[in-house]
Amino acid sequence: MILVKDNRCDFCGTCVAICPVDAIELREADISIIHDTCIDCDLCIWVCPIDVLSSDISLDEKKEEVSND
Amino acid sequence: MTDFDVIVVGGGPAGSTAAEAAARAGAKTLILEKDRDIGYPVRCGEGVGAKGLKHFMEPDPQWIAATISKVCMRSPDNTRVEFGMQDAGYILHRRLFDYALANRAGNAGAEIQTRCYVDGLIVEDDAVKGVKYQYMGEHRQLTSKIVIAADGVESRVGRMAGLRTATKLRDLDSGYQVTVGNVDIDQEMIDFFVGSNWAPGGYLWIFPKGDGMANIGLAINGQEAKDHNAHDYAHKFLNDHFPKASILTSVCGGIPIAQTLKTITKAGLMLTGDAARMVNPVTGGGIITGMVGGRIAGEVAAQAIQKGDLTPNGFKDYSTRWQKAEGKTHAGLHRIQDAIFDINDEQLNKMAHRLAKVPAEKLSLFKVFSAVARNKPSILLDVTRAFAGI
Repeated sequence: MILVKDNRCDFCGTCVAICPVDAIELREADISIIHDTCIDCDLCIWVCPIDVLSSDISLDEKKEEVSND
Repeated sequence: MTDFDVIVVGGGPAGSTAAEAAARAGAKTLILEKDRDIGYPVRCGEGVGAKGLKHFMEPDPQWIAATISKVCMRSPDNTRVEFGMQDAGYILHRRLFDYALANRAGNAGAEIQTRCYVDGLIVEDDAVKGVKYQYMGEHRQLTSKIVIAADGVESRVGRMAGLRTATKLRDLDSGYQVTVGNVDIDQEMIDFFVGSNWAPGGYLWIFPKGDGMANIGLAINGQEAKDHNAHDYAHKFLNDHFPKASILTSVCGGIPIAQTLKTITKAGLMLTGDAARMVNPVTGGGIITGMVGGRIAGEVAAQAIQKGDLTPNGFKDYSTRWQKAEGKTHAGLHRIQDAIFDINDEQLNKMAHRLAKVPAEKLSLFKVFSAVARNKPSILLDVTRAFAGI
């Protein structure tokens, strides 16, 4: 799950532009991840200019998930 | 009967220019802006070329922060390559500039509403017929003949209509900028720092803003952004070079450096500005190109409504006119950007050492980018098209 670190988002929309599944809602001062749609690709985490986004899944867990699929 | 002829989503330069053009051509037009304020926050380096601006308006001292006549390019080892610009540039006060543009749209007859967050489209038979939006927590909707999506880098409106607007990592820069005071810089010069130590895959800029102030910002390419973040690079640069600078504003933002989308229209919908990926892929500048796209979109929308043809066929002129105005140059700039991407720090240093020996009066942007073309001769024609005479 992609997490937004509290009170640090600048609401710039870089993550929205990269999201391949349109899973981020962004208003003037409000951001939310649509978890049902999110595919945990982590691209938003990479492009965020101030590292506000993080994942609660470690890379090892992800690999495990993929191998179990 | 629809509520409006044209609804423009987004009140930046592209949206306001589109709305002004549509309203002037007689269309009943509305701008919906997401934020409470037109022109704020300013997620932009604020630089424009004088020649490009002149196609739209005379420069107004109210929104010109600095007038630029010189440019300096720095290599990774900080070698300076400095020269004059044949075409002057301006650093804007975007907050006031965007206000002026929106005001022009309003004076032309367009209505403008802030705090309106578009969260859906009204679609019938695969044609866009209006927007759904939230105002102060209330869900509302309005019908229109045409929606012009000028919703910036996020470009969600296009996606809502089924267009593929999401960027690739390679085509998105991750940016951070501070507006600072108390810096001793040449107020007539823009300064670019190129190299992986300054900004991996992008560049760092210093744009003067008058009164000892400047925009200092940088963009890191998406492919490099996994291990580097723009905020840290900006603050390292400030600490190293301007430790006494006062930080007046800090913002972040994404810069789409993709080629313009192949499909920028759909029945009842046109995309423009950053949302259509009209930003100059080399400089990351998108104000003027967005206004060029916006104006064409507004004019073509009004024509299509008069003709009563709201299918993509009725909008054909939009893509054609964009291609004619900027399209070829834009595609060339994307190829140039590609070539720059392949140049490593050592090559950049060598290039700078060579160019630094050339007298300033013999240098130009064309000369500098011709040096880039030595590494990739296939872009020479693109360099000539984009930079000859500036």
